[in-house]
Amino acid sequence: MILARVVGTVVATRKDPRLEGKKLLILKPISADGKDEAGYVVSVDTVSAGYRERVIAVAGSSARMAEGCKDTPVDNAIVGIVDEIQLD
Amino acid sequence: MYLGRVVGRVWATVKNPSMVGQRMLIVQPLTPEMQPTGKRVVCLDATGAGAGEMVYCVRGREASFPFLPAEVPADTTVVGIVDSIHLKRPPKAAGARNPMHKKGRK
Repeated sequence: MILARVVGTVVATRKDPRLEGKKLLILKPISADGKDEAGYVVSVDTVSAGYRERVIAVAGSSARMAEGCKDTPVDNAIVGIVDEIQLD
Repeated sequence: MYLGRVVGRVWATVKNPSMVGQRMLIVQPLTPEMQPTGKRVVCLDATGAGAGEMVYCVRGREASFPFLPAEVPADTTVVGIVDSIHLKRPPKAAGARNPMHKKGRK
């Protein structure tokens, strides 16, 4: 799982029928101390995250195990909204 | 599977319903020589590991197996706490030249 910040949304009319009704967000991966990391990912939102929120995203086939993503063509899902990060 | 050290924690109130009750740890992957390597990752915890502990993690779909029969969307999970490591390096340092292959040798 990675920490990321929501930086945008994706709108797609033509898509797999199993993705209908799913919110797609663009995420920028961040490090634990909040700095941006390389690249962007498009992720399916399962927790109603909003713009600029820090979230936890799960990647790979495990993303399909998230509630609401069963048997859907999803490889990245937002599964939590971060309250707090503590570094020792 | 890889070695790592627990360097932090993450709290989230709003979570996917299948993640409720799971602890999340920030883990820094380590080389066998205990040097940090690569990016820190957020892991679910299947062992009860705490701050500063050396652990090993499993990545990929298998990361959700410790929680069966619950289907938890985990892609990295702490599955063990390391007691000790025995590491025997090859006698020759990496990159050292094999004397049998010296240039000019006949």
